Amino acid sequence: MSGPFRIPGAGQPGGEGPHGLELIGTTPAHRPRHAQAGVEGDWLHRPPEPVRRSPRVRRVPGWLAGLGLMSPSLVLIGVFVYGFIGWNVRVSFTSWQGLTPVYDFVGLDNYRALWNDARWRTDARNILIFTTVFVLGALALGFVMALLLEKGAKGEAFYRGVFLFPMAISFIATAIVWRWLLDNGSGGDTAGLNQLFADLGLGFLRSDWHKSDSSWAIAAVALPAGWALSGYVMALFLAGMRAIPDTFRESARIDGASEWQVLWYVMRPALRPVTFSAVLILIHISLKTFDLIYALDQGNLKIDTPSLYMWFTTFDGGFYDRGATIATVLLIGVALIIGPYIRHWLRSERR
Amino acid sequence: MTVRGTAGIPTPARTAIPRPVHQTAPTAPGAAGRSRRTAGWLTVLRYAGLWLLVAFFLMPVYVLLATAFKDPGDVTVTGIFSLPSSFSLDNFTDVWPKLSHSFRNSLSLSIPASLISSLLGCANGFVLAKVRFRYANVVFPLILFGIFVPYQAIVIPLAQTMTDLGLRGGADQTGGLAGLTLIHIIYGLPITTLIFRNYFVGLPDSLMESARLDGAGVLQTFLDVAVPLARPAFAVSIIWQFTASWNDFMFGAMMTSRESWPITVALNNVAGGQSVPFGQAMAGALLASLPTLAIYLLLGRFFLRGVLAGTLRDA
Repeated sequence: MSGPFRIPGAGQPGGEGPHGLELIGTTPAHRPRHAQAGVEGDWLHRPPEPVRRSPRVRRVPGWLAGLGLMSPSLVLIGVFVYGFIGWNVRVSFTSWQGLTPVYDFVGLDNYRALWNDARWRTDARNILIFTTVFVLGALALGFVMALLLEKGAKGEAFYRGVFLFPMAISFIATAIVWRWLLDNGSGGDTAGLNQLFADLGLGFLRSDWHKSDSSWAIAAVALPAGWALSGYVMALFLAGMRAIPDTFRESARIDGASEWQVLWYVMRPALRPVTFSAVLILIHISLKTFDLIYALDQGNLKIDTPSLYMWFTTFDGGFYDRGATIATVLLIGVALIIGPYIRHWLRSERR
Repeated sequence: MTVRGTAGIPTPARTAIPRPVHQTAPTAPGAAGRSRRTAGWLTVLRYAGLWLLVAFFLMPVYVLLATAFKDPGDVTVTGIFSLPSSFSLDNFTDVWPKLSHSFRNSLSLSIPASLISSLLGCANGFVLAKVRFRYANVVFPLILFGIFVPYQAIVIPLAQTMTDLGLRGGADQTGGLAGLTLIHIIYGLPITTLIFRNYFVGLPDSLMESARLDGAGVLQTFLDVAVPLARPAFAVSIIWQFTASWNDFMFGAMMTSRESWPITVALNNVAGGQSVPFGQAMAGALLASLPTLAIYLLLGRFFLRGVLAGTLRDA
């Protein structure tokens, strides 16, 4: 969009602004007579070849004013996000335990200890199981909901509203209701979903849910988590499906393709980017899940995860060293998922 | 919820999700009858599926309402699916005194947090979309990543800083509420910035061209042209930020002392205690969800855009 452009009489190109910012502020006096939108050297458009300012510039340059507008946020994000991340990593190399901070250096001791920590190993397995069940479940459910709605059902707004409303509700409230649905009473005390199953003649589905002795107990948490978030996946898929030009599908049908073939050969490839986004977003949500499990059954180690372990060991136990180490590992996990995602998104946007 | 982030907030005129285009699938002449019958079956199946899903999504709502409106004496764990035999508001009147203070706390922190965060986000979004500078392509991804950072990774330094500043818990005269508001403003910035940035990217430069031609600088154009134009983005951003601050649990639990608890912390306390009957827990969950539910019902369109923003994706 920006072509090489030199303002008449404004000096040679080459002068670069301080802080590596290009000078993109000029006064009206510098505007050429035949100004073309998009190639001009003002603040609104992409910067042209760097231009040395003439002494007649009176106004604060555009980039500086822009930077001024952003500076409070940049400072806050710089300190509270990146500064704190660095600080947290620093804590993970100390032996800080108890209320008084200790900033010694113990190398990778905390990471080594974590690796051999039985609770951490259980948590790592738990989060793996939870992520797998939750992501696949929410993805499948969201996709089916989108597919059912895609051709336009009568009262679509109603269905969409019902599928999405859990997103407006806190995980705490969600967990409080689901806690009673996932009751594990048996015999005369059968309640919640189990009771519903028994009434429907589906008694064989009875489960102890998150209180089960199986190492898959945490998979039960995918139920409330899926309830809360699969509407979100539906919204993503629905938007993705409707972005596919109708002509694609129609020409496939004219060529004699069945609905299944249309789904497989036309929709599936077209929905790949949406699926990619949904999977990465869901994985990162799953890694961070905290309130839901906390409120569902606080202190139940069968559904313990790294993010809960971090919280309890730090703020209840005072093991800041271990807490910071878990947090760092968690951050690395999220960064590995989200970093490529942001890059992918920025690249596709530029296209 | 902690989902925050879009490739483009749609321009005001567009609806969030495009409507279906009505289409009739052309079929081979001989197969017309058969395919019509198949289509009929498919429609039945489609609606059956939809209603099954509606039942799944509304089941917790039914349990919540049926239990909350029962007479406290009728509430039993094994009877959560049975209809109330009597109508009673006792659960609500019993639980409200335990929550009313927190309800006010949450209001007094969520409203300023969402307004200030949105205003700062508007400035950032405007600069990123319309005032380009060289390192924008470095700054923008760094801000974006802020949406996804797990809060565990910053909570130790945050707790330490807030303690040092005397803003945490009982040390502060607001019981930590002021600091909590500040926290929600700061950690809301990445998503509000993105919402506004995508909104402004969608606006043609010509809208600001005339202001520039009149000799207006960046700041003046921002205040006179950009802020008034950004009203739809403000709706999305404020609603999203309000919901996020209202529903937050972790920061509230870390920052506040008992009398300053936000609603989520108080609710968890009410529902987690063994002494509190779960009829009250259900009534409390309903009360605690009312503000965000009301926003969702009245302004769902804007809410959905905020939701999709969390994926960096066009709505």
